[in-house]
Amino acid sequence: MATVTLENICKSFGKTDVIHGVDIDIADGEFIVIVGPSGCGKSTLLRMIAGLETVTSGEVRIGGRRVNDVEPMDRDIAMVFQNYALYPHMNVFDNMAYGLKIAGKPRAEIAERVAGAARLLQLEPYLDRKPRELSGGQRQRVAMGRAIVRKPAVFLFDEPLSNLDAKLRVQMRLEIRQLQRDLGVTAVYVTHDQVEAMTLADRMVVMHAGRADQIGPPLEVYENPATTFVAGFIGSPPMNFVPVGLVGLGAPEGTVLGIRPEHVELVSGSDRLHGTVVYAEALGAETLVHVRLADGTLATVRQDGTAPTPPEGSDVGLIWAEAHQKLFGADGTRL
Amino acid sequence: MSRRDGMVERRGWGYWLSHAGLILGVAFVFFPIWLAFVASTVSQTEIVRPPMPLWPGDHLLENYGKALASGVNAPVALMLMNSAIMAIGIALGKIAISLLSAFAIVYFRFPGRKLFFWLIFLTLMLPVEVRIVPTYEVIAGFGMLNSYSGLILPLIASATATFLFRQFFMTVPDELAEAARVDGARPMRFFLDILMPMSRTNIAALFVILFIYGWNQYLWPLLITTDPAMNTIVMGIKQMFPSGDDIADWPVIMATSILAMVPPVLVVIGMQRLFIRGLVESEK
Repeated sequence: MATVTLENICKSFGKTDVIHGVDIDIADGEFIVIVGPSGCGKSTLLRMIAGLETVTSGEVRIGGRRVNDVEPMDRDIAMVFQNYALYPHMNVFDNMAYGLKIAGKPRAEIAERVAGAARLLQLEPYLDRKPRELSGGQRQRVAMGRAIVRKPAVFLFDEPLSNLDAKLRVQMRLEIRQLQRDLGVTAVYVTHDQVEAMTLADRMVVMHAGRADQIGPPLEVYENPATTFVAGFIGSPPMNFVPVGLVGLGAPEGTVLGIRPEHVELVSGSDRLHGTVVYAEALGAETLVHVRLADGTLATVRQDGTAPTPPEGSDVGLIWAEAHQKLFGADGTRL
Repeated sequence: MSRRDGMVERRGWGYWLSHAGLILGVAFVFFPIWLAFVASTVSQTEIVRPPMPLWPGDHLLENYGKALASGVNAPVALMLMNSAIMAIGIALGKIAISLLSAFAIVYFRFPGRKLFFWLIFLTLMLPVEVRIVPTYEVIAGFGMLNSYSGLILPLIASATATFLFRQFFMTVPDELAEAARVDGARPMRFFLDILMPMSRTNIAALFVILFIYGWNQYLWPLLITTDPAMNTIVMGIKQMFPSGDDIADWPVIMATSILAMVPPVLVVIGMQRLFIRGLVESEK
């Protein structure tokens, strides 16, 4: 159990800068999810916390101790890898016990700790099996078991669910959250899936091109995105962006108005904003109506599945409550 | 191999014809070995009197006993042991050295890493025969003539094996090394606990090839062993041939030849089982 502090972290590979100064303060027992598209530097950031990647400049502190030059094993962390990274020639028990064996723990204690983790993860029947004899979900559990037995201060997850099928992903997501709460361990979780980020995080960090665009609780980030990137990345379908000129709002050149699809309503005639229906996706509970505006931009309207769907090609008006609209400056930041 | 009835295959003339061809080929290759075996079971007088016998005689135990116990210059049992020590020494030495150098080349970034790799690679182009004179000079200088170390050491550097292990290590996912690092394994620990067990299929396959390579060495042992007690079996057979007017003891020589074939065959059969099992079990 420990706090993790990143202070003005930068990372360059040779001459290419990939992370340009990131500051994150993680409280004890907090679940932090770092989310962003591929190549945004989120995995690199995690690997710097783990000690698998050197820090070019800035400081990493775990539990208040500077760990920039400390080996991974001495940082009191455990990591779960995307492809599980289980040792293929060892059975489940040995996979989980390996770290403890190296640490020179007595046999009895190793057996007890592994048994405890196996009970927690329902792996008891599989302790003698080799990784290749397990299903994807079970391998994932073994990888988590390997992390748990070490009783680390910080759990690091590097896209741990991306190799699982959709149904298992939802189930494992819940299990990870439950486990982290029960153990009360600080967790840093990297993913490109915004649903995982929304459901798991106490606070999420949205990374974009080597910078942390926004750090905050998921709903806060959703309600009040700090940049157009965050607004477009979090939420599916993404926020609609409309040039202010189109709605006749008095604002500087280049200002963009953002509005979530669920906040927009379709009406038959409106003087505010109108366009033609391109197509409608009926998803059952809801229907997504795609509308092409006068200047060619596409906007999405999310309406209840029972509401009447306007036919393709028809002219519709779009209205929304002023409280829901967000204005972004030309540089993409919130006004 | 058993054929299931449901197999969609028609056995026409081609099937029998190709089998006949293959069987003929096997018989053709096997015939000289059969003749050698027959020759090792008859007496000297039966061999030299034409026609040559085609079926085994009744001197098997006598000939093999004579070969193993006394041979012509040195007892074959001793030569077999020398060959075994040399072949095992070369195989294990090559595997150990090439595993370590491949480990260094793949997992460590040190200055001149590329250079060393290419230097190792370059030795591929220099077989023993090419460097035999300078190598002899070095070994003689160290006083290693007529010794096991002299037989083994010059032959244990292996570019082929290094290259093979390098290629294998490069297919091992990086996360495995990282997971081991997070678990607290230092490099050598990772090498011994993770990489070595994962390479056991490759090690078994290489052992077979290298054992046979070592066993069949002819020129090098011929050059550096002058003491009959240090003769290896492959060169020993040649030493048994008579010079001048001596009479060759063919039954004993043929018994020795057959004996020389047995260990490599045993290694192939024994290790084959092991590396097929390894192939089935291993998964990255």
